[in-house]
Amino acid sequence: MASIVAVIASTHHPFYYRATTATGEDRPPFADEWQRKILAFRETLTRANPDVLVMVGSDHFHQLWLDNMPQFLVGKAPFYDANWYNEEREFGLPRMLLKGQEDLSGHLLRAGLDAGFDLAFSNELRIDHSITCPIITLRPEADLPIVPIYTNIFAPPLPQPKRFVQLGAAIRDIVESWPSHLRVAIIGTGHLSLELGGPRQFGPHGPDPEFDQRAVEWIANGDLDGCLAEVTLDSLHSPGNATHGFMDFMLMMGVAGAGAKAHHVDTLDLFHTMEAYFTWYPNGAPA
Amino acid sequence: MSKYLVDKFLYTVDRDPELVERYRSEPAEFVTWWEAERANSVLNCHTGEASTWLRFTDDERDALASHDHVRLFELGAHPFLTLTLFIAMFERDHDEPLAYQKQYGLRLAHFSLPYPDIAT
Repeated sequence: MASIVAVIASTHHPFYYRATTATGEDRPPFADEWQRKILAFRETLTRANPDVLVMVGSDHFHQLWLDNMPQFLVGKAPFYDANWYNEEREFGLPRMLLKGQEDLSGHLLRAGLDAGFDLAFSNELRIDHSITCPIITLRPEADLPIVPIYTNIFAPPLPQPKRFVQLGAAIRDIVESWPSHLRVAIIGTGHLSLELGGPRQFGPHGPDPEFDQRAVEWIANGDLDGCLAEVTLDSLHSPGNATHGFMDFMLMMGVAGAGAKAHHVDTLDLFHTMEAYFTWYPNGAPA
Repeated sequence: MSKYLVDKFLYTVDRDPELVERYRSEPAEFVTWWEAERANSVLNCHTGEASTWLRFTDDERDALASHDHVRLFELGAHPFLTLTLFIAMFERDHDEPLAYQKQYGLRLAHFSLPYPDIAT
């Protein structure tokens, strides 16, 4: 059976690429520290030596739209074009082409449906920065085949937080039951407190540093009980109007498992939002 | 309320560079054109199928035609869609990085929780 060699949860900041490729006067003062942290984070994936990446993210109204909105969707295609015109325009993100791992996509769909998750699928999916940001930060060679999984954290009505956790746990079981010798890393990205298009946006820190502090502790300690006791669809409005993206972190806590302490924990307090990076090694840290 | 149609306007304009420029330069004329020609297009259909019933309320039409992002927020337009399109149109008029984004937030400072409902 396949082995899960790393579980990784991260924020996906679309400004990272431009900030860290800029030089001279264009390079922002926080870029060097940010890049150092990302290089250390990248090493946690490199050490695990994965063959395949399962990538959990959320489409930002690019391909998925309100006339036909899936709650959870698995891509099943041999290739995925990536990044969109408005992401080039606003963030300077490059167009990319990633290979797909169709066999694992098919396995996730079949076993997910059989486990009670009515997953949507797509055979032609152009992915966005929720998945390309972690490719850029963690595997910039973009050489490994992926299985993209999209969640709806964006267009209410949304699934409940506990459903994200349950799906994460199911993804782990399903990947571990994949009849393959390949080494799989499961990577998901979301947000801590975040405000977009509201009065608290683009402040000197994230809109709710206290929430961010608690959230980092929940994730780092695998404290699913504490997290689920406090986080509801209603409560997530309070830290910032885009904080429902935190549910993708909850999904990744479900993948890592209750009580699983992360092997790597790092944060960076930036303008607008706090960055946060976590890596778990389910089979122990690689030598 | 036709929040869905306001969101559809923001979504379809934001992804087309030519429409972004037309909406920036002639908003009132552009909104009239879009409502007449594009509002009822069924997206994600293989050819030009159309709905028959979608139209803006007067408030929504006015807010779009006057580039009034504060009013759009109040009406429950999806804030990510509004922000993204307005950055595309107006960030270029500001020299400092993020100056437009900060001004945009300040103009919304009178809103407190709970914000207007964005569910469609």
